[in-house]
Amino acid sequence: MTESLIEIRDMTKVYGEDEGAVYALAGVDAEVKHGEFVAIMGPSGSGKSTLMNILGCLDRPSSGAYVLDGRDVSQLTKNELAEVRNQKLGFIFQSFNLLPRLSALTNVMMPMLYNPLEDIGDEEAEARAIAALESVGLGSRLHHHPNQLSGGQQQRVAIARALVNHPPLILADEPTGNLDSKSSVEIMGILHQLHHQGVTIVMVTHEHDIAAHAQRTICVRDGKIVNDGHCADSRQ
Amino acid sequence: MKPQKILRSAWEGLMLNKIRSFLTTLGVIIGVASVIVMLAVSAGTEAAIAEQINALGANLIIVSPARGIPGASRTLLMDDATFIGEQLVGITGFSAEQAPAAQTVKANGLTLDSIAAIGVTSDFPSVRDYAVESGRFFTIDEDERKAKVVVLGAGIATDLFGADDPKGQTVTVGTTKLTVIGVMETKGMVADVDYDGRVYLPINLVFQKYMTTMTIGGDRVRTIYVKAESPEKIDSIINQITVLLAERHDVEASKPDFTVQTQSDIIATQEATTAAFRDLLAWVAGVSLLVGGIGIMNIMLVSVTERTREIGLRQALGARPSDVLLQFLFEAIILSLVGGVVGVALGVGGSYMFGALGSMQTAIVPESIPLAFGAAAIIGIFFGYYPATQAAKLDPIVALRHE
Repeated sequence: MTESLIEIRDMTKVYGEDEGAVYALAGVDAEVKHGEFVAIMGPSGSGKSTLMNILGCLDRPSSGAYVLDGRDVSQLTKNELAEVRNQKLGFIFQSFNLLPRLSALTNVMMPMLYNPLEDIGDEEAEARAIAALESVGLGSRLHHHPNQLSGGQQQRVAIARALVNHPPLILADEPTGNLDSKSSVEIMGILHQLHHQGVTIVMVTHEHDIAAHAQRTICVRDGKIVNDGHCADSRQ
Repeated sequence: MKPQKILRSAWEGLMLNKIRSFLTTLGVIIGVASVIVMLAVSAGTEAAIAEQINALGANLIIVSPARGIPGASRTLLMDDATFIGEQLVGITGFSAEQAPAAQTVKANGLTLDSIAAIGVTSDFPSVRDYAVESGRFFTIDEDERKAKVVVLGAGIATDLFGADDPKGQTVTVGTTKLTVIGVMETKGMVADVDYDGRVYLPINLVFQKYMTTMTIGGDRVRTIYVKAESPEKIDSIINQITVLLAERHDVEASKPDFTVQTQSDIIATQEATTAAFRDLLAWVAGVSLLVGGIGIMNIMLVSVTERTREIGLRQALGARPSDVLLQFLFEAIILSLVGGVVGVALGVGGSYMFGALGSMQTAIVPESIPLAFGAAAIIGIFFGYYPATQAAKLDPIVALRHE
């Protein structure tokens, strides 16, 4: 295992061709070490969403390397990317993305359904999901449906879902964007807790006070990383 | 992901919206049920026809004047019947029949109009498997000496004499007074003929008293029934009849002035008519299955659009395109298979109900069940595949952002 969990070298993402080509990412180098808590900031159109999509293996870069946990994932097939997402990544979305018709427990069990490496039996899957929900303080809300939970609780279910396959990397896209300040504090508390447990977290946010929770902020502008360290003014 | 897990996930997905799933599958239910009912109805109709024709009597060969040949209706004579009756090998008997115009029947102070008085020979009950219930049938001797006797159909006996035994009573058929010597058993309607509503007279008496004004010669017959000893002898007897009668009539055996038919010939002719009807029904049922399939495709496409975000999420959580494809394909297949099962149950139940309640006879065609069920499964795959590929093709980034 290398020391870096994420290593990006000279990554570009181009939309269109020839003179019409638009560089969403114009040569990005970045590194995230195991156990780091990193925030990504940048104005809209800066390329941070593109970067996040590629980090999340939802999209492939046009060129450059993306080494995730020791494996270059930049040119994998769709099926291989699906496997990487399942095994290496946990997603936390701004809008939670829970399936409204399923209970909290069933929502959290979902990533295990797609586990390509091990066939997890029903009972074990349920036990793991319960453990994950308990770790975010929702042990008493297992069978509640999303519409019976507050925003903060829904996001906690989503965090439990992200954790249930024990991925080395959690990608959080504006995790507090839809939450009131009290819930935001709760969620950031949980992320801190995870960070202390050694989970690597990469979080996109446009709020400085949220970004301040991270150890380090990567600032993206015009498809490039302008300042790896402090992002003085990302809102434009 | 294991296919059985996808299958379960698909099932759970459908169960979350039971009413919509049911409505989606309704088209297939109706299609499958109508295939089974329609085939059962037409098979029942065919069976009813075959049953009636077989009720004419077992192992019968039916000789009648050829149709469409001028003068042919005059060609079959009583002598022909007697002649082949004597010459044929492998028969247990024969019966010639002739029917004059409908007659008025009077007895016991009652009058019945338009009654068929059928002239038959003495072997009639055994050849036509139509037994005498009480009393007796006339003998060959009574036939030859034109005895003035009559055997009543069961219905006529009841109409004229109620519960009393008509034996020995006098009945006037047309203008001739006849003595009742027996009553036939109840036979009912066979091939549109009400056997119980007829009276049976010696054929020679009919020639003498009822046919004189109509015929030159007077002893022509409309049908000769020949009863074979066994089904295996039927072909040989047909050949014998053709050769014997052709020679006797001095016509070529290839262009006879008579026709020789068996019950299976008549059944086949009747079936040709019902087959066209059945094919039409099968097409109608097939079209309703097709419409059911289009309904499934329609709902699946709507479902893919509605659940775009869910698809994106599942992809983000590690669902491969093939997992997504299978999930939607399984949903479509489950819908049509459940539709198939319910449709089969409804079709079988409906067929029994039609048979029990209506005047229609129904016979469930065993092949129609796997046929309808298989068609439903194929429809599920065929119409589910396109929406499923649409789902599998979704870009997870776009799908996750879908509102």
